[in-house]
Amino acid sequence: MMENVSFASTGAHARPVDLPVKMHGRKVEVFYGQKQALHGVDLEIPERQVTALIGPSGCGKSTFLRCLNRMNDTVEGARVVGDITLDGEDIYNKNIDVVELRARVGMVFQKPNPFPKSIFENVAYGPKIHGLAKNKAHLREIVETSLKRAGLFEEVKDRLDEPGTGLSGGQQQRLCIARAIAVSPEVILMDEPCSALDPIATATVEELIDELKQNYTIVIVTHSMQQAARVSQRTAMFHLGRIVEVGPTEKMFSNPDDKRTQDYITGRFG
Amino acid sequence: MTDATLRSLPTAAPTSAAPPRRDIGLKRRYGAERRFKAYGIAAVGTGLFFLCWLLYTVISQGYTAFWQTEIRLPITFAANIVDPRGTGNPDMATLQRANYPKLAQDAIVAKLGIDPADRGAARDAAALVSANVRAELRDVVASDLTLIGKTQEVWILANSVVDSGVKGQFDLSVEESRRPLNDRQLGYIQQLEQDGALEQRFNWGLFTFGNSSRAEAAGLGVALIGSAWMMLIVLVVSLPIGVAASIYLEEFAPKNKFTDFIEVNINNLAAVPSIVYGLLGLAVFINYMSLPRSSALVGGLVLSLMTLPTIIIATRAALKAVPPSIRAAALGLGASKNQMVFHHVLPLAMPGILTGTIIGLAHALGETAPLLLIGMVAFVADYPATPLDASTALPVQIYMWANEAERAFVERSSGAIIVLLIFLALMNFFAIILRRRFERRW
Ligand SMILES: Nc1ncnc2c1ncn2[C@@H]1O[C@H](COP(=O)(O)OP(=O)(O)O)[C@@H](O)[C@H]1O
Ligand SMILES: [Mg+2]
Repeated sequence: MMENVSFASTGAHARPVDLPVKMHGRKVEVFYGQKQALHGVDLEIPERQVTALIGPSGCGKSTFLRCLNRMNDTVEGARVVGDITLDGEDIYNKNIDVVELRARVGMVFQKPNPFPKSIFENVAYGPKIHGLAKNKAHLREIVETSLKRAGLFEEVKDRLDEPGTGLSGGQQQRLCIARAIAVSPEVILMDEPCSALDPIATATVEELIDELKQNYTIVIVTHSMQQAARVSQRTAMFHLGRIVEVGPTEKMFSNPDDKRTQDYITGRFG
Repeated sequence: MTDATLRSLPTAAPTSAAPPRRDIGLKRRYGAERRFKAYGIAAVGTGLFFLCWLLYTVISQGYTAFWQTEIRLPITFAANIVDPRGTGNPDMATLQRANYPKLAQDAIVAKLGIDPADRGAARDAAALVSANVRAELRDVVASDLTLIGKTQEVWILANSVVDSGVKGQFDLSVEESRRPLNDRQLGYIQQLEQDGALEQRFNWGLFTFGNSSRAEAAGLGVALIGSAWMMLIVLVVSLPIGVAASIYLEEFAPKNKFTDFIEVNINNLAAVPSIVYGLLGLAVFINYMSLPRSSALVGGLVLSLMTLPTIIIATRAALKAVPPSIRAAALGLGASKNQMVFHHVLPLAMPGILTGTIIGLAHALGETAPLLLIGMVAFVADYPATPLDASTALPVQIYMWANEAERAFVERSSGAIIVLLIFLALMNFFAIILRRRFERRW
């Protein structure tokens, strides 16, 4: 099943023209215990595009992102209502296995979190547990391509056996991206991937994200307006657990419909 | 850029005037810090002082236990005594029965040149030799039957009274009737020493002999074996159970009232006096399951129960300390919960788990009270072949020797304490090595 959506901007819920929808959240509500963090969020995520989630902190961006690969399942007391589809299939359906889902929807976290193992093993871990490599040589190949795609291979090719935790912050984050793409996911979720990096490392990662969208659908949470403008094609503005505006990034930044979006991107709050 | 800024400043620019100093309580703050440091140093100093005192007392009283006075005698293994039936190949029962003290007495009387008709002198001389000579000479003959009928120099144990006397543990200047060695015996000792036939030699027996009512023949052999069996049992029983229970509680169990209740109880169990575990062991393992009393198996099981809470608490703390970001990374890649735990969390928690386990084991090694309740105070002279045989444990042996009145046993219990402390130090050392090894894997 394939949903197509038009790109004509019609108020708060602008739809992209004729792009297949990879993931679709409808009326998503999330509760942490008694506290409601998301109040009915509707969002379409077009395939092979970068979708940016922006908004003041605490507005529920990470919460929504974690719904997309069910990482909220691991949060004590979290409850998700509403439905979210991946290729039209409800990911909260009983016959979807979360392990399989996470192999299809990978995640890169705010703080680089390589395993305290070698660079090689960091990247090889995913393919190993999912049985993606036919043999040792194939595994090596997967690791190398992933590192190349993450733009890290040239820097680490001579020290694949050294600890991943010994790399610089930017390199660690690219290692985490390589680790995520090694399992060949369809969607990659990134939660403020550059917030712990210096400007040069940030630029490298942004370039990388731009390249990755050839092959992957990317959802990125960012607190940097410039970053959202640079890397994304579509932007969703969150505020107090709701989406106040969503549309093509260009339009969001040049001519936002909502007053709150305008205030936020011009730095008047947030 | 700095240069440019500096150059752009006119050299004659006036210095800005400092505002009046504010009192921000520096003196008070540094004073507090100095006081705290002083308290700390005082606390550490007190601790060290008592530790040194303890070590000094134990070592100064106990180091002599590692030496034992022995007498070298040319023993003639007379055929008529060792092998009265003259078979030339006596069986063990015959060897058991032979009158070895007589051989020793003859040898020492001859050595000292005493007239064998002088009964009193002969008895005094024979008393210098340990009554353990029976077992010692039997073992010598049994290991080499060709000795029968021949004479051989043998080092045999001196009586513990002689040993204490030689080590200067008695006041030998008091009136003769009030000391355990009479003047004649002192003369003999001197004579033997001058001949080089009486000296203090390293006390291997302390590590190999079983218990004995004669101090010179009492050793830690049985206790060492018993303690080793028990440590093995504790390790095999409580490490897997403790680690499995902790992993389940920490990673898999739902957080609800019931698991909270279990958690509170485990913490309480760690504080239960050890003697209560002894009562539990007595009721469950001995009375109900009819396992043999005073066996290493029961002791090990009781100590396992006692060690479990320690291991569980240490393991859970170690698991909790693994950063959530590592768990998220594994789950985010599609690892199952089981894979997350066994591939990432457990290896990172390993140093903490091992430290907790070794501390638990060290605790168990020094534990006495629960073992008294399950009958490990029994007098055991023979090596336990299996964990089901009666045995004893190091701290229990210390307790038993410390209850003896004889001077030689006081020395031995201090010696045994030194042995126990050495084992504990080795275990701690081992814990540190293991921790370092595991930690080096980043
Ligand atoms: N694990 C959690 N438990 C309870 N409340 C949470 C948890 N995570 C987030 N929240 C709450 O949900 C709201 C949204 O948080 P989050 O999604 O992290 O915001 P953002 O990423 O936009 O800064 C916040 O009010 C936050 O306090
Ligand atoms: Mg966030």
